[in-house]
Amino acid sequence: MNKNLKEQVLRSSGVNVLKCMRCGKCSGTCPSYDEMEYHPHQFVYMVEKGDIETLMKSESIYKCLTCFACVDRCPRGVQPAKVVEAVRLAAIRQQDGNHLSPDQIPSLLDEDLPQQAIVTAMRKYAK
Amino acid sequence: MQVNENKEFQPLIVAFCCNWCSYAGADLSGTNRLNYPTNVKIIRVPCSCRVNPMFILRAFQRGADGVILCGCHPGDCHYTSGNYFTRRRMTLLFSMLDFLGIERDRTRVEWVSAAEGAKFAATMNEFTEAVRKLGPNRRLEDLRCRKQ
Amino acid sequence: MQRIGVFVCHCGTNIAATVDVKAVAEALGHEPGVVISQDYQYMCSESGQNLVKDAIKEHDLGGVVICSCSPRMHENTFRKAAASAGLNPYLVEIANIREQCSWIHKDIATATEKAIILGKAAIAKVHLNTPLTSMESPVVKRALVIGGGIAGIQTALDIAEAGFDVDIVEKQPTIGGKMAQIDKTFPTLDCAACILTPKMVEASQNEHITIHSFSEVEDVKGFVGNFTVKIRKKARYVDETKCTGCGLCTEKCPMKKVPNEFNMGLDNRSAVYIPFAQAVPKVATIDPNYCMMLKNGKCGVCSKVCSVGAIDYKQQDRIIEEKYGAIVVATGFNPIKLDKYDEFAYNQCPDVVTSLELERLMNAAGPNGGTLLRPSDKTHPHTIVFVQCVGSRCDDSKGKPYCSKICCMYTAKHAMLIREKYPDTEVYVFYIDVRTPGKNFDEFYRRAVEQYNVHYIKGMVGKVTPKSDGKIGVQASDLLSNEQLHIDADMVVLAVAIEPDKTARPLATMLTTQMDTNDFFTEAHPKLRPVESATAGIFLSGACQGPKDIPETVAQGSAAAAKAIGLLCKNSITCNPCTAHSNELMCNGCSSCEKVCPYGAITYIDKEFRMPDRTTAIRRVASVNPAVCQGCGACTVACPSGAMDLSGFSNSQIMAEVDAICK
Repeated sequence: MNKNLKEQVLRSSGVNVLKCMRCGKCSGTCPSYDEMEYHPHQFVYMVEKGDIETLMKSESIYKCLTCFACVDRCPRGVQPAKVVEAVRLAAIRQQDGNHLSPDQIPSLLDEDLPQQAIVTAMRKYAK
Repeated sequence: MQVNENKEFQPLIVAFCCNWCSYAGADLSGTNRLNYPTNVKIIRVPCSCRVNPMFILRAFQRGADGVILCGCHPGDCHYTSGNYFTRRRMTLLFSMLDFLGIERDRTRVEWVSAAEGAKFAATMNEFTEAVRKLGPNRRLEDLRCRKQ
Repeated sequence: MQRIGVFVCHCGTNIAATVDVKAVAEALGHEPGVVISQDYQYMCSESGQNLVKDAIKEHDLGGVVICSCSPRMHENTFRKAAASAGLNPYLVEIANIREQCSWIHKDIATATEKAIILGKAAIAKVHLNTPLTSMESPVVKRALVIGGGIAGIQTALDIAEAGFDVDIVEKQPTIGGKMAQIDKTFPTLDCAACILTPKMVEASQNEHITIHSFSEVEDVKGFVGNFTVKIRKKARYVDETKCTGCGLCTEKCPMKKVPNEFNMGLDNRSAVYIPFAQAVPKVATIDPNYCMMLKNGKCGVCSKVCSVGAIDYKQQDRIIEEKYGAIVVATGFNPIKLDKYDEFAYNQCPDVVTSLELERLMNAAGPNGGTLLRPSDKTHPHTIVFVQCVGSRCDDSKGKPYCSKICCMYTAKHAMLIREKYPDTEVYVFYIDVRTPGKNFDEFYRRAVEQYNVHYIKGMVGKVTPKSDGKIGVQASDLLSNEQLHIDADMVVLAVAIEPDKTARPLATMLTTQMDTNDFFTEAHPKLRPVESATAGIFLSGACQGPKDIPETVAQGSAAAAKAIGLLCKNSITCNPCTAHSNELMCNGCSSCEKVCPYGAITYIDKEFRMPDRTTAIRRVASVNPAVCQGCGACTVACPSGAMDLSGFSNSQIMAEVDAICK
């Protein structure tokens, strides 16, 4: 378990994972559940355990649409999407390459990229 | 306050204890034979909220070196909300005493339940030592009241 | 200056081993006012007490100081002894030289010195003691029960059993409360109506019980033993004394499209109605929001068909005033509103129902006559999904932070009953935890799983979507198999959190009782006084104090009744004389003391004062009700003018103790 990494994820997300009562409503509500190897409730639990490197290696962090359904419906106010976002951020930082300029984006756009992903990428800063 | 040349300083400590929790806690430390210094003299009050800040000032005026106020734990008050008043009032009083130059360690509020005899004794030992280190209280003492 | 006697106890060797008792008696004998100072082996023994009594008579003592064990131990013993010798018991003070001196110190010299100081403090205090007499306050031998559910009925029946008059105030047209709406009860599966309605009848026939149905408490004044309560008897436009409950008016009433509250709005009733067949009192009530005669003066059918002439369109609300010695609060609960839970589609789809609605759907007296049919198209549901903890255990603004306690069990009951009656139905229960602490509770839940094959799934429903083909899409997580489930259900049942009735908070204000942040009434002690409120004479019964199932509610109802009977049995209450009192000449009427009083013992009166120039001035001054005051002293410190003081622990007494210790 990497304590520094856990601390970093907890701080950047601003989430108290100890509030989770393990009801699984986040995973029950998640629209990209079947795409994910690790599901929203697992993100919360694994961050609590400090098992963050596994999450960082998983594709799941890029499958979260940041639609905030889990944030909206979590009865304990845990905000799982913010945890996913924080893990994603940790992965990007570790690779030392968060250097995408806006000009590059149009050429990188994929036909199959769901519209939702683009929309919600903006939305996560609003919440 | 007593200072003998060959003895260490013996502070005079007044403890206000609420009848339902802390006074019973003090009784319990007696029943369990848990020692604390003779410097501590206890005054029984019905509730910690009965303690007027004037009583504490009076004790300092009359030469007490330390005053400790004990009540039920927050939420456990026999009168449901008395110790919350205590907590607020004493916060104000202590900041005023601080302004007057009375060391912060001379006063204390402690929550002691009727089951916490050991905590009562430990608190009194600790508090007496803290006041002993500070030495005699001279700033608020009224010299006309000092015993000859 | 008082004539004071000092008595130093050896307590065998308990005190005498570490405190030189002779020296203490000797030193205290020289204190001002002390006329006799003695020591004795066991002061609390018969002969020790006689020593005190004889000294009081012989030396005409005006105050007694006993240097002995803790006042928590023997204060009453010595007070009684003094009283029997003709001295006011409140002129006795105890100096605690055992628990707080001899037992905790080892050095004889310093312990003796401390014992003398403690004795001096007690002498200083006793000089300022005043004789106090316990006030006697009469008790009105009548109880009020607010709320006519099973809690209130049980409490009223038990109080009536003891021979005291009880009034039940119920805001609905009938007593019975939530239990009357329930179909079966767990874990025995008795029919709720079969066990409740006999009790309702018993209450209505008991000569000691008066039922004020369709009434609400308007105002409460007074204190323990002597409450004055105003009750608003709402106009039901039917003369209760004449109506026989034949029900002809409800049949003939042309306005039949009123949502039926008793069936949770699942069917309709007429504008003049009797809530259900076994209602008590069985009297019709006209709903003024729907009655065409009351709304625009055109109809009057009910008055024409009523053979006894009970219909009275001109009836007005009446306010009656009664005196009571004790009040029991039994205001009960309600399921929370689901407006904030869009994900469960409760407001969009009629086939998403709450558990209480399911009770009515399954009840033989319910809208479908006991056959479980979907409310939308009246077909049999084949797949039913139960969702637990809807709004319970929520740490957000939508729900309640507590566990509603009853949902796990009633859901197991529903699932079991459905599987029993309709074995072709698949039943899924989504749970977070199954909480079944209670006698035969866990066995009951296991029976649902093992015998009735109910699918219990650990996980939560995230989304409910009504589909065009009439099915309901349920998306949920299965945490144990780590997959997301998509179920096409025919019905979804939500185990909705329960909350205290909305009328509880204004009532608590009237009663000056305390509530927690969830509007549940707070008990006087969470463990040892669970059915009393902190305000004397007010008792708590049922779910108004916290979520409860029926057996617990009944147990608490009886416990509250026992407490109320204990109070009503007394002809008068002896009040603690160590109460606050205000010096009216110094009081400014600022209300500071009123705000800190936890018991509502302080009120303000306008009092006439004779001024020095022979005019009369009216000033607002504080007045403490000694029957309500418990003597905490919060007001004495809050009073900015120093007018408020506490008998037995007055400002001057405590100051004198401080001075004596610091001398």
